[in-house]
Amino acid sequence: MTCLPEITPGQKKLGLVIDLDTCVGCQACAVNCKEWNASGHSGPLPDLKPYSAGAEGVWFNRVHSYEAGEGAQGRTVHFPRSCLHCETPDCVTVCPTGASYKRIEDGIVLVDHDICIGCGLCAWACPYGAREMDEDAGVMKKCTLCIDRIYNENIPEAQRQPACVLTCPTSARHFGDLGDPESKVSKLVAERGGQPLMPELGYKPVNSYLPPRNRTSLAAKPDEAAPTPMDIKNPLLRWMDKVLTR
Amino acid sequence: MPEAPIPLATERPDRAVDYSPPVGDQVKTTTCYMCACRCGIRVHLKDGRIRYIEGNPNHPVNKGVLCGKGSAGIMTQYSPAKLRAPLKRIGPRGSGEFAEISWEEALETATGWLRHVRETDPRRLAFFTGRDQSQSLTGFWAAQFGTPNFAAHGGFCSVNMAAGGLYSIGGSFWEFGEPDWDRAKYFLMFGVAEDHDSNPIKIGLSRLKARGAKFVSINPVRTGYSAIADEWVGIRPGTDGLFALALVHELLRTDSIDLDFLSRYTNAPWLVVRNPGGEDDGLFARDEAGKPLAWDRSRGAVDASLADLSPVMAGEFTLPDGRRVQPVFHLMAERYLAPEYAPEAVAERCGLPAERIRQIAAEIADVAFNQAITLDQPWTDVWGRRHETMVGRPVAFHAMRGISAHSNGFHSCRALHLLQMLLGAVDTPGSWRYKSPFPRPIPPGPGPAGKGAKPNTPLAGNILSFPQGPDDLLVDDEGNPLRIDKAFSWDAPLALHGMMHTVIGNAGIGDPYKIDTLFMFMANMAWNSAMNPGEVIRILTETQEDGSYTIPHVIYSDAYYSETVPYADLILPDTTYLERWDCISILDRPIGSAHGAGDAIRQPVLKPDRDVRPFQDVLIELGARLGLPAFTKPDGSPKFKDYPDYIMNHERMPGVGPLAGFRGVDGSKKGVGEPNPDQLQRYIENGCFWRDHLPPEQGFYKHANKAYLEQSKAMGLMGKSDQIVMQIWSEPLQKFRLAAEGHGAKQPPDRLRERIRTYCDPLPIWYPALEHEGQDLGRFDLSAITQRPMVMYHSWGSMNAWLRQILGANKLYMARSRAAALGLAQDDWVWVESRAGRLKCQVSLMEGVNPDTVWTWNAIGKRAGAWNLDPDSPEATRGFLLNHVISEWLPAQGGFRQANADPVTGQAAWYDLRVSVTKCAPGEEGVTSPHPEALPLPPHMPARPDLLRYSMKANP
Amino acid sequence: MNPAPSIVFFTTASGAGYGLLFWLGLLRPLGLVQMSPMPALVALVLALALITAGLLSSTLHLGNPKRAWRAFSQWRSSWLSREGVAAVLTYIPALLLGLGLWVGAPALAVIAGLLAAAGAVATVYCTAMIYASLKPIRQWRHPLVVPGYLALSAFSGAVLLAMLAAFSGSGTVPAVLAILSGAAALLLKRAYWRGIDAAPPIATIESATTLGFIGKTRTLEPPHTEQNYLLREMGFRIARKHAAKLRLIAQLGGFALPVLLAVLALLAGGGLATLALTLGAVLTLAGLLVERWLMFAEATHTVTLYYSGT
Repeated sequence: MTCLPEITPGQKKLGLVIDLDTCVGCQACAVNCKEWNASGHSGPLPDLKPYSAGAEGVWFNRVHSYEAGEGAQGRTVHFPRSCLHCETPDCVTVCPTGASYKRIEDGIVLVDHDICIGCGLCAWACPYGAREMDEDAGVMKKCTLCIDRIYNENIPEAQRQPACVLTCPTSARHFGDLGDPESKVSKLVAERGGQPLMPELGYKPVNSYLPPRNRTSLAAKPDEAAPTPMDIKNPLLRWMDKVLTR
Repeated sequence: MPEAPIPLATERPDRAVDYSPPVGDQVKTTTCYMCACRCGIRVHLKDGRIRYIEGNPNHPVNKGVLCGKGSAGIMTQYSPAKLRAPLKRIGPRGSGEFAEISWEEALETATGWLRHVRETDPRRLAFFTGRDQSQSLTGFWAAQFGTPNFAAHGGFCSVNMAAGGLYSIGGSFWEFGEPDWDRAKYFLMFGVAEDHDSNPIKIGLSRLKARGAKFVSINPVRTGYSAIADEWVGIRPGTDGLFALALVHELLRTDSIDLDFLSRYTNAPWLVVRNPGGEDDGLFARDEAGKPLAWDRSRGAVDASLADLSPVMAGEFTLPDGRRVQPVFHLMAERYLAPEYAPEAVAERCGLPAERIRQIAAEIADVAFNQAITLDQPWTDVWGRRHETMVGRPVAFHAMRGISAHSNGFHSCRALHLLQMLLGAVDTPGSWRYKSPFPRPIPPGPGPAGKGAKPNTPLAGNILSFPQGPDDLLVDDEGNPLRIDKAFSWDAPLALHGMMHTVIGNAGIGDPYKIDTLFMFMANMAWNSAMNPGEVIRILTETQEDGSYTIPHVIYSDAYYSETVPYADLILPDTTYLERWDCISILDRPIGSAHGAGDAIRQPVLKPDRDVRPFQDVLIELGARLGLPAFTKPDGSPKFKDYPDYIMNHERMPGVGPLAGFRGVDGSKKGVGEPNPDQLQRYIENGCFWRDHLPPEQGFYKHANKAYLEQSKAMGLMGKSDQIVMQIWSEPLQKFRLAAEGHGAKQPPDRLRERIRTYCDPLPIWYPALEHEGQDLGRFDLSAITQRPMVMYHSWGSMNAWLRQILGANKLYMARSRAAALGLAQDDWVWVESRAGRLKCQVSLMEGVNPDTVWTWNAIGKRAGAWNLDPDSPEATRGFLLNHVISEWLPAQGGFRQANADPVTGQAAWYDLRVSVTKCAPGEEGVTSPHPEALPLPPHMPARPDLLRYSMKANP
Repeated sequence: MNPAPSIVFFTTASGAGYGLLFWLGLLRPLGLVQMSPMPALVALVLALALITAGLLSSTLHLGNPKRAWRAFSQWRSSWLSREGVAAVLTYIPALLLGLGLWVGAPALAVIAGLLAAAGAVATVYCTAMIYASLKPIRQWRHPLVVPGYLALSAFSGAVLLAMLAAFSGSGTVPAVLAILSGAAALLLKRAYWRGIDAAPPIATIESATTLGFIGKTRTLEPPHTEQNYLLREMGFRIARKHAAKLRLIAQLGGFALPVLLAVLALLAGGGLATLALTLGAVLTLAGLLVERWLMFAEATHTVTLYYSGT
């Protein structure tokens, strides 16, 4: 179980492509994820001390914000973080019970909550902080890529997408098969130079982050030659004789 | 948009997964109310509880997306902060001691107080609502009651936006217009954080960026939308108008203006009388029929609306009667070509290099004139001439509270509209577009109702309306205000949305008079909705010598235990947005778009589990009990059963009611038509909204598009189908100015003459914040502003268990360089001091903020004990309100108290605040200040759970 | 990483227990420690008590302790599973050793003892590998972690055995072993600390966010203003000064003093030796608790890059 499935060419790798160029940090993905999954495959996602100090709950998606660079080159970047459904995830191999598994059919990394003993080792093994303990039930929980939406025959076909993708107001999230080089998401990654997070750890994340684009800049330059009001005696003259018709 | 769905896997042996659970057992559409955006939602229910709320893919506002707030509706519905039953105060005000009472007792108590007021002096009722979306009902009810003292929260929100736009271009940014997201090539966004149109802006920005258009954000802070801008212009707060006028200067200097557009669609060619000191100085020269004149190249002064006019745009002319006149264009160009508007002259004030301003002007000009858009779309203009194409200047603008919440906001907003007009970028392809039912005539309607209030008599007309000049002001013969908030007086002649922020302060000192009953709905005036909440609380609890309260009766309706509840005498508990009918009415602020008019409803998707009633039902019932004519039948019995009955059957004019869709007995009419008993059902079947689709030939140039204007008139959206000529020179403002100069029967009191003369300029001006006059700006060396966070909407979110995890406390953000100079490090505790007071909070350092500006998230700080949160919650211990250091009054000006507001519109000038920041002394850290004592809970509020396991899963 | 008391106790107690079991199983057959069956049985009981207490304590860390039995299934990939299997398997020879001692079956005791010693090594090795295989935690991923675990286990086991053997007057060899393994463990530990202090971070906020191409990256706002599981579990940080002090305490109390006391015991012999070795054992275990606590407290997880940038 916790041995990783053998990767074969063309293997389906479902995942997300997240566009850091358009994410405005509105938290729609995080909250919509929470509400879908609260009653979804992994639900409930408990919230401790919900109306007091120290309120904290289980969330599968958290949106950070960063500032990169300084001065005119500096940028503010909003950064949603969730499970990357890695190709070679240690969170699966470290699991002592087989509760944590990577599906051969689509590459989704899941936890079987009926088996999980809540040892927390998978969360330690995940460099990205994608796993959160349901401390009430004592089992680990994580992003399921909305496995109960994407194949759900009770949901209209156009909406068989992860909740975070459907709800994103700036279309900063895309879902698809990153194992298929011809898929829309793969092409997007290729066109925009999608990046994996912390590639140096060797987990081969499936999810990809599209970097903020180069700023659109225009060639127009100020017309320094145009007269300043001080240069000409009556600057309005030029409009006086303009013949206009309606 | 998301990619096509993944085909079903043929083989899925995973036994641990249920792939196709039913989402719920029922799904209902309605309209979101987690902020003011009015998105369509689909609420999935299971066993009578909410399973999931998603965006309605068919809805024109949000097209299926839903923001973080909307997605958290479940937790707003099931919050333990919900009020449970009507309450009667039994302890002193503010003690929070209440007894539950029956609705009958509550309604009889309210009726008793209100009947007495109405029978004696109806002005002594001040009826003010917050961000409610039923102003067409509440305003109508107030007029029926007979009090002029009604408004919603617009006066402290964005009336500068509305007034600036409606008096310039007959529409406005905000809810009355939108950028052409699909065609704009250059987009300038001024002072926008999460605001009205939250999801449409997000959707639009992503479309704009996907096309590679350039997005420039002018904002002191680089967060949210500004974070994804191609260029962030970190301007100093309150100088946007000056920046805009410097752009105007540059466009004029380089002759990068659309003279044809100006001559056809604006009053640029209209002739202005030049008669300094005379009573007609600055007014338009008009013919006998009252039509404005222009100077025709061959014929001299003629009717400016003639189709064959060949206007001379600059020069000075003499009319046959001897009066000297000049075209508006001439006066405008002359003013803004002056050196004081040159980029060099404004650079220091705006905190931007002159070259940068010139560069932006050059880019705007380049896109507008070298990259113009031509659509092969024939259309017919108001003169009946067919055009084969639609030409557009693809430069779009949008602006919001960062512009409007300043005392110079009205003129700053006018300056932006002037820029649009100069570029020919109003309702043309690629530019900013009107949302139906706009454009409307300038100004859109008659003056405000409110004169001659007398017992038991309704006021005729709209209370919040549009003064055309001094005669329309609500003032007595001495020039004193008739309204408690002094809206539409010489204090604020164009206070189109009232001035809620002054009501309690004015009532407290009986200026202009005392009131008997303060009736509020959804307005958290004892906390985040007030400038200086401490003072509001003081007034609400102040007693006279006989022990009675200065404001004798306070009635408040809210769904939650907000900070204002303890200061009311009678609480009428409202439902949540998912338990009610509502109407996002065509008569108020509907959901129309550039593609056509639209409106929407809310339907109850859940039944209340407590003894609460929708406020609108209560208002209609009170109307009937009070015998208000429009709410009673001739025999005195109630005219409307409830709010849905009112929505369907109320007619403001024959055939015109709250909803424009599915009118007529068979539901086939739009705009005008007989009431339809199935109207609400038809809305429900349509996803709880109605939308008109304009044919392509009506898509642009709506201000001068014959087909559009005629259609608009036929639908009852406008009284006439005349061209709407945009107003560069505003004659109503000049009329106020002339009065200040001593002309006419209605003149301002002497103390306000100079103020009116200065600020009622017919052309846009810029001036430093009134708040800064007489202040030691060296000591208070930082501007302080707030932003709405995208995930929290003021006081609509802290009782939400999910949203408060995301933002449960706020810090004061400051430039890293500035903090270093002040010796401050990340998370240091500081005192923030203004002329009005001081507060204590933590600082957070960042790069993307104007170095002379500090800012924080708005309304995250909560009073301990409110919202059924534990008093130790971070909202109360680490959250804070900047409001505590904002004064609701300007520094004394000649001994008269003036609202800290725009002198033209009365818009609360929240963002004029100046502060100093100093490090706390050791030992002062830990809890924000002020930290008023914790509020006790009303009776029978549910206990706060320690653990929440919300789930509608089959076997959780 | 959060030094959860249950885990700190587990690694200290079961480490010492397995060390004791190892030496007991190894030295008796080799005749390097002369313990009659009864004292040996006492030593075995102590070893198993420490092991069992440690293992039970570790289940306190589980969200679902009643399902702990499931942890034996994934020995093919999971070091935690292997540790569980090894721990359980080691009970078999250990109990047989006890049986041999109890019923006086020396051959059984010898064979079972050697097997138990091997099991002890295997179990400690698996425990160490749980930590050493975690890439996101560079202080655990370090090559000296496994040798360190083994050395610490050997040292604490030797100290305990020396103490017990001293009561039966045969503490010399274990005391020598304690001195040797203590010195080795101290050297390893010091090398380890030097190593983690000098090592570059495994990843940076720039690589964690992909934003390095823009410039230096800083956190602006956290996703939530309150704490969460990840931060409580992995966001634990110890001040450098505080860590340095604790390192000194661990080195002096946990290693240097016990070694010196063992030397003293060798020199003094008799009752004083017993006293010195007993004191040494107590100090060792206390010092190791500090060292184990530090092992967690000084470990940093890459997830904190997202929250604090370091």
